[in-house]
Amino acid sequence: MSELATGVREICDRSGGDRARMMDIVQEVQARFGCVSGEALNLIAAATGVHRVEVEGVVSFYTFLSGRPKGRMVIRVCDDIVDEMSGMRPVAEAFSQELGIPFGGTTPDGQFSLEYTACIGLSDQAPAALINDVPVTYLSSDKAREIVAALRRHGDPRKLVHRLGDGNNAHPLVRSMVHNSIRSKGPIVFAPFEDGSALRKAIAMSPVEVIRDIKTSRLRGRGGAGFPTGMKWEFVRAAEGEPKYVFCNADEGEPGTFKDRVILTEYSGLLFEGMTIAGYAMGAQLGILYLRGEYAYLRLLLEHFLDERRRRGLLGRNILGRAGFDFDIRIQMGAGAYVCGEETSLISSCEGRRGDPKNRPPFPAQRGYLGKPTAVNNVETFCCVARILDQSPGWFAQIGSRQSAGTKLFSVSGDVASPGVYEYPFGVRLRQVLEEVGAESPIAVQIGGPSGQMVGPADFDRTICYDDLATGGSMIVFGPERDPVYIAKRFLDFFAHESCGYCTPCRVGTELMRKKLAAILDGRGEADDLPYLEDLARTVKFTSRCGLGQTAPNPVLSTLKNFRDAFERRCPARQEGRRAAFDLAAATAEAESIVLEQAAR
Amino acid sequence: MSESFTLTIDGVEVTAQPGQSILQAADAAGVYIPRLCAHPELEAFGACRVCTVKVNGRPQAACTTPATKGMIVENDTPELNEHRRSLIEMLFVEGNHFCMFCERSGNCELQALAYRLGIDAPRHDYQYPARTLDGSHPEVFIDRNRCILCGRCVRASRDVDGKHVFDFVGRGKGKRIWIDAESRLADTPLEGEDKAVEVCPVGAILRKGAAYAAPIGRRLYDHDPIGADIEAKRVGAPAAKGGKS
Repeated sequence: MSELATGVREICDRSGGDRARMMDIVQEVQARFGCVSGEALNLIAAATGVHRVEVEGVVSFYTFLSGRPKGRMVIRVCDDIVDEMSGMRPVAEAFSQELGIPFGGTTPDGQFSLEYTACIGLSDQAPAALINDVPVTYLSSDKAREIVAALRRHGDPRKLVHRLGDGNNAHPLVRSMVHNSIRSKGPIVFAPFEDGSALRKAIAMSPVEVIRDIKTSRLRGRGGAGFPTGMKWEFVRAAEGEPKYVFCNADEGEPGTFKDRVILTEYSGLLFEGMTIAGYAMGAQLGILYLRGEYAYLRLLLEHFLDERRRRGLLGRNILGRAGFDFDIRIQMGAGAYVCGEETSLISSCEGRRGDPKNRPPFPAQRGYLGKPTAVNNVETFCCVARILDQSPGWFAQIGSRQSAGTKLFSVSGDVASPGVYEYPFGVRLRQVLEEVGAESPIAVQIGGPSGQMVGPADFDRTICYDDLATGGSMIVFGPERDPVYIAKRFLDFFAHESCGYCTPCRVGTELMRKKLAAILDGRGEADDLPYLEDLARTVKFTSRCGLGQTAPNPVLSTLKNFRDAFERRCPARQEGRRAAFDLAAATAEAESIVLEQAAR
Repeated sequence: MSESFTLTIDGVEVTAQPGQSILQAADAAGVYIPRLCAHPELEAFGACRVCTVKVNGRPQAACTTPATKGMIVENDTPELNEHRRSLIEMLFVEGNHFCMFCERSGNCELQALAYRLGIDAPRHDYQYPARTLDGSHPEVFIDRNRCILCGRCVRASRDVDGKHVFDFVGRGKGKRIWIDAESRLADTPLEGEDKAVEVCPVGAILRKGAAYAAPIGRRLYDHDPIGADIEAKRVGAPAAKGGKS
């Protein structure tokens, strides 16, 4: 047998040939053999009893997976808007020049590949990049050149880390240059916590009483949609079907979001305790933490803390000596797909499939992972759960505003003096936050990331809570020299890139919006474009199958609403008989090249 | 088991059976809801979104939403038909569709829906994607230029033919229908008689040697619009003109 055949067989055997572990299998094959080649597809298909095309479908879905060999070191430069504002372009150019390859290329010696990647959760220390699993932050073009030179010398991205970050970033299992940038601490998430304290209180009650407490606390999901957590748990508990599952969505991928990175680094005890309480309350025995591929550098640390909890009787069989209370947590790595933060896509991915969302109904609470009742909650939500049990539901409910209990973590980035993570009670005024983060005369703020809304100064006195400016936590601040149309275009680039392509409006509509915005920026806008864009955005919002497509038009709609001037300036009335949007040079380029080619012969 | 119940579609009371989707209940009652990826013999898929209706005021795909008692469904409204036109136009500009010489012309569900909804030219810019054609198979060819990614062939091959010849690869605008072989359709167990071939709504998967069999005037949608067969089932509906006898 070839080395590949033996290796693939070994990897598949370790997963018991279980197709549900396909994500682990293909990632391991890639780690060991550089890519998942056509031959590897055949071998994996044979070993797991699925069709080759299914494996190919999975590999081709995720950005971090590849069917073709890549460099031994893959440099992924984060190209989100905040990184761009912080000087990403010269950094990218320096990498490209120094390596002698364009983006998307691989050096002839097979050492380096250079790519762009969507937000990697480091907007507070932009420009940033990932080199294999290793994050490198605060880049400059000089640093980029130094990095390439150093990697050429020693070939080990881990050796690029000279100065370690704070807290657990300096832990021997992490050894990362990333900083936590915790800027303000609140009483719920960023507060001291003693492992086991909440769990002890939980198991002193019945599971039904625990759910009642969560309902009393009025906790709502922290991912952005704000579904009442207690109600979700009640549905799962009451749903027919065993076993039940607890999922933690640690796939934060909304550009400008990084608060879960900090929780995972520093407060995983709170998170794991919340998941364990959820297991107790719903009668689940397995929890899965879906960790975005970009945070792979945190995996060993998290595994270590899970082991520690097992050793201390906080996970595993008969937890805290309670006979029959069995619960464990495993980590499932993602591989670069924003859509997997959508709960049903996340479940598809964990089942070893393409990260396509599922049709609803049935909802995950009825039929989720492998067809069983599944509760999917945000990282921050589980932290709140542990704190509620540790303190009390009443204590939690009195923090925040009437309809939005508790605190919220904000990932603040962009044109501010102090980017980082802030914990504020719900109901805080946007103006207060802007002052405290050091935003100087901002013209716009993107609340809740691109899928949220872009608001201008007229909205700065609004409050941040579920009933006013709702947010999953991302807050990108834009200063006076920024261009709202350009920002909207960059966000649409993101959505078009991340659309899974399952449904028509999101697959085609995001691309059409992206191109129309590009044409407007390119000086080819005309008055008709604005109603066209509005209609298109409405259709995509109205007809898309999942939250990604339903929110992808938000940058267009909210920017058109709040910054219409910026569009109108660029979209003059159409001249008789001419369409400005029609790019004559581009349309005839191919024909012209043929003519020139003929002439040259 | 449980009894039949009623819901309302465009103000008309419709009887439904437990387990039916809105689309199935509407079909049975002779109410046509435009659709492309849905097929009566295949599992609902929810990809094309053309069957989007308003259910109690909220948009839902009729093919994947179970009918429930007392549901208020809006279907044939100017607002919904406008969204549908836009979606169908997206499918036209996304691929390379040349109706004038396509073998499926006149029998094509995409084209027929465009006619039914009154589309003359798409409002969206043509994308002219580079897509591949596979003519390696002796009986069938696949032309991805004309594929609308409805997934009917995927479901039919997997669930009816028991072969799983087709599936999706790629993501976003790079998503393609692909085959369970390295690159050639000929290397798959596909046969000309397979359900996967029959169910293609457009000219993407076609049998060889069968093109232009029906002359213009005798093609499926030459006289009656798509959906006329369903509407003919409506109690008190006028007989479809030129119906197939």
